[in-house]
Amino acid sequence: MSGIPHDHYEPKTGIEKWLHARLPIVGLVYDTIMIPTPKNLNWMWIWGIVLAFCLALQIATGIVLAMHYTPHVDQAFASVEHIMRDVNGGHMLRYMHANGASLFFVAVYLHIFRGLYYGSYKSPREITWIVGMLIYLAMMGTAFMGYVLPWGQMSFWGATVITGLFGAIPLVGESLQTWLLGGPAVDNYTLNRFFSLHYLLPFVIAALVIVHIWAFHHTGNNNPTGVDVRRSSKAEAEKDTLPFWPYFVIKDFFALAVVLVVFFAIVGFMPNYLGHPDNYIEANPLVTPAHIVPEWYFLPFYAILRAFTSEVWAVQLVEFVTFGIVNAKFFGVLAMFGAIIAMALAPWLDTSSVRSGRYRPMFKWWFWLLAIDFMVLMWVGARPTDFPYDWISLIGATYWFAYFFVILPLLGVIEKPTAQPATIEDDFNAHYGTDGAAAQSTPAE
Amino acid sequence: MIKQLTLTAATALALTAGSALAAGDTGHTHDVAFSFEGPFGKYDQNQLQRGLKVYTEVCSACHGLKYVPFRTLGDEGALGYNEEEVIAYAEQFEVFDPELDDFRPAKPTDKFPASGLETAPDLSLMAKSRSGFHGPAGTGLNQLFKGIGGPEYIVSILTGYTGEEKEEAGTTYYKNTAFPGGWIAMAPPLYGEDVEFDDGHSNDLHHEAEDVASFLMWTAEPKMMARQRAGFAGVFMLVVLSTLLYLTNKKLWAPVKKKAKQA
Repeated sequence: MSGIPHDHYEPKTGIEKWLHARLPIVGLVYDTIMIPTPKNLNWMWIWGIVLAFCLALQIATGIVLAMHYTPHVDQAFASVEHIMRDVNGGHMLRYMHANGASLFFVAVYLHIFRGLYYGSYKSPREITWIVGMLIYLAMMGTAFMGYVLPWGQMSFWGATVITGLFGAIPLVGESLQTWLLGGPAVDNYTLNRFFSLHYLLPFVIAALVIVHIWAFHHTGNNNPTGVDVRRSSKAEAEKDTLPFWPYFVIKDFFALAVVLVVFFAIVGFMPNYLGHPDNYIEANPLVTPAHIVPEWYFLPFYAILRAFTSEVWAVQLVEFVTFGIVNAKFFGVLAMFGAIIAMALAPWLDTSSVRSGRYRPMFKWWFWLLAIDFMVLMWVGARPTDFPYDWISLIGATYWFAYFFVILPLLGVIEKPTAQPATIEDDFNAHYGTDGAAAQSTPAE
Repeated sequence: MIKQLTLTAATALALTAGSALAAGDTGHTHDVAFSFEGPFGKYDQNQLQRGLKVYTEVCSACHGLKYVPFRTLGDEGALGYNEEEVIAYAEQFEVFDPELDDFRPAKPTDKFPASGLETAPDLSLMAKSRSGFHGPAGTGLNQLFKGIGGPEYIVSILTGYTGEEKEEAGTTYYKNTAFPGGWIAMAPPLYGEDVEFDDGHSNDLHHEAEDVASFLMWTAEPKMMARQRAGFAGVFMLVVLSTLLYLTNKKLWAPVKKKAKQA
């Protein structure tokens, strides 16, 4: 499967040969887990395994929760309480599922930002990146609909606000919103379809994950140097890589176990810290909560949505030029989705020939500013919309777009990259060897 | 490696910490040192019993606990009542039986009645549906150290009446320092010495408020102690597993790194 030369599975016994001639499944599994992996991968390369675990955890706990949950407006809230009080281990299942969503998003954001820093999105891994973005979108849809299911106040009003965004699209918006909801407002039919889709989408994600893994197994992993694995011969490739099993499986499992220590501590001792208290109040269409706040993982993009009000001159200009078709509300929606599309376009917006941010002295600063910007947007997304928060979100949102559409294209032209190591082996030896320079000048072995 | 791990962990923490949400309540909630706080916290059985008494004799006149079955009063780690005591307690309440098409005395398998007064919210989840400590500046860090503040909010409401009243559109509102907006429609429910406790515990306003808040934390989160036990078991096993995997990983990579040193 991989483009890097390595040993393939050879059936030895009679039965292995018989099976291999008919269905090469053992060979497929062997090649997948024995894939040559750059040996210099650092600890930011562990989030993939955490994400795979999260998907498995969410599907496993979710299937059991679905056995006890009732998707009906009169019973949904009570059935969640039934899970919390009467179902054996139900409170743990639900808290693991709810906090599992948070772990999922912590991991996916670290995974995405790792890709942004080390240039994992660049050629030839654009498909891996795009499929990853599709997974992220599907995750957001799944998490959003999952949050509606307990039928608390935030469930109901979050669903009302978010589906209302689609209503802001000119001409087709209202029909689209009605189609999404299944009726004129959030009601039983909405809850039913959200439950159905919340059960379906994780399996779509699982399929996309297979494509995601397939794509980067074909191109090979990126690594902290961004330098390609030598692939002219198996012997050369083996100097740069180690097989995934056992080296990276054990390393990843160790990291996963450490992450799960924190996760279990949160589930066991503060399971409601990341949730909103209002969601322990049953949904009431007649009472609007004082503040409708999405879950933390949506806040950066929610801040971008709210940043572009009708007071911003750029919004006024666009509204004037489009004869009012793109009004402030629609502008906000475009900005929110645009912020994610901007990320997806990174492979074509980044003009630098150097992959890894490690060898890009100017890029580094802008990247860390983007990471800080992301945190600031997350924070400001839960704040009120008055001064100074309106300005903070506007500046934050503007920087997000500027990073992808201005800074990334320009940096490739004006930046002078520093020297990259010739091979992954050099980088590894420089890190673990006694003398990096000596390692480079003397031939290995 | 440790430095990178710490960095990664710090980033992960920072990502989550920035997220606890500000609900924007403006009322003042004061901190109360409850026995059930923190990872080692436990419900105080006597306090839960006293809280139940306050609920039964005062709150239940208007408020309900429609998600709480009577039988759970006798659960392990709950109020410590035996079967007869639970039966006797349940019998004080009347519930509607659709099969009889009439009211009958409640049995342990029934749930507490719902709120008798339409405007009085159900109290089953009150301690989790309110929060007390926000900030600083919307970062949610206060809740990380003090807790979400639901039971503290209940205590603050019950003890936050100033005695001022006003009438608006036929409804009387009472000034309350903890209530968002400052004016609450609920008349002061407790004044102190409203209930005689069987264990002779002080029944001044503050103690009554803390006892009933503690009881309402239990109704909202009856499995808290089981959850914490599971948390300890999970954390302990995962720490052991992490250690073993750390050592395995170290040993596995040692020859590769040694070779790099010789290169």
